[in-house]
Amino acid sequence: MERTTLDFWVGIFVVAGVAALVMLAMKVGNLGTYNMSDTYQVHAYFSNIGGLKPKASIKSAGVLVGRVTDITLDTERYEANVVMSLDKRYKFPKDTFANILTSGLLGEQYIGLMPGGDSEMVKNGDVMKHTQSAIVLEDMISKFIYNKAEEPAKSK
Amino acid sequence: MPATKTIKIVGRRTINAVWRIGMAARFFFLTLLYSGSSFRRFHLIIKELFSTGVMSLIIIIVAGLFVGMVLGLQGYETLKRYGSESALGVMVALGLVRELGPVVAALLFASRAGSAMTAEIGLMKATEQISAMEMMAVNPIARIVAPRFWAGVISMPLLAALFSAVGVFGGYFVGVVQIGVDEGSFWSQMQAAVDFREDILNGVIKSFVFGTAVTVIALFEGYDAPPTAEGVSGATTRTVVTSSLVILMLDFVLTAIMFRGN
Repeated sequence: MERTTLDFWVGIFVVAGVAALVMLAMKVGNLGTYNMSDTYQVHAYFSNIGGLKPKASIKSAGVLVGRVTDITLDTERYEANVVMSLDKRYKFPKDTFANILTSGLLGEQYIGLMPGGDSEMVKNGDVMKHTQSAIVLEDMISKFIYNKAEEPAKSK
Repeated sequence: MPATKTIKIVGRRTINAVWRIGMAARFFFLTLLYSGSSFRRFHLIIKELFSTGVMSLIIIIVAGLFVGMVLGLQGYETLKRYGSESALGVMVALGLVRELGPVVAALLFASRAGSAMTAEIGLMKATEQISAMEMMAVNPIARIVAPRFWAGVISMPLLAALFSAVGVFGGYFVGVVQIGVDEGSFWSQMQAAVDFREDILNGVIKSFVFGTAVTVIALFEGYDAPPTAEGVSGATTRTVVTSSLVILMLDFVLTAIMFRGN
């Protein structure tokens, strides 16, 4: 086969392969969806994080505003120290509530931010004081059962 | 004594196997050593890229499409029971990008391009073309083996990426277009679950390793084949069998290293 036709076909092959890789990265993977270039770190202490994992999303009013970057156990207070990377474009008041929520009944867990009314904004390295831990389904069920068991005894 | 005879046979087989592994390793290092000159004459690599990469395109694309479609069908049937059909995109994409793309593409590559490489080099040896090159002071490893090696190493990740991409569209076609899974949740859940570094890049690394293994096995079997018609046919069979087994074993090892944390 002639050299130029050979070059042409090999060129098509390489371009198609690279295009497939780019398509996988952008359309299938998460590279095209959210760019975490400019972020600031905020800490929050939770008494129970449930099934929260690093890379879990952080949402405010349903909008993705950051990701959980690190989860460690603080052995002084025996609470989970969650490091959140928030997008620089979004500022939150100091008294913002951080709640661990679940998407759907059995879905994955994420952190929901409920802004307060403080005029001061959180800065890089600050701690969010108001937190609400994850709701553990087993605790709820056992509480419910104990309450039910106590009811008839009280009524007598 | 039949017992000592069996032990002798086992011993001879083991020595032969170890000998061949050592020869293959030496062959691999010689190929790397002499590949500098083949990069200076890049049209040799382009010619081999045509016969290994471009000629494998059709089989890879057709196989990828059907594997993706089967994944879509089977995944839907299973996920339907738990009412989570919207996770179909995640299942198809993760299955293809992590495992099926690199592995099936490498198996097809071994039988489509690897066997051809072995037969070609084995016949070159049988018709004494390789000895003729040595007589002309042309290094046959630099002239014949190294371009084929680099063509295989370059084309394998590209073929695996094409396989996965086409497979995702096959799954999309069956799941969304035919069965009617919601299109938005198909793509958005996929994008939320598939990580670029963790999943896609690891798949590319896998296919790169498989490509290296398959081409080295194919080239070594061809170069080492007895210069007879029987020898070449035996070497071609061995290429397909050995490289398929090596791909599956390497896949287990790589998966254990890459995805153990999750």
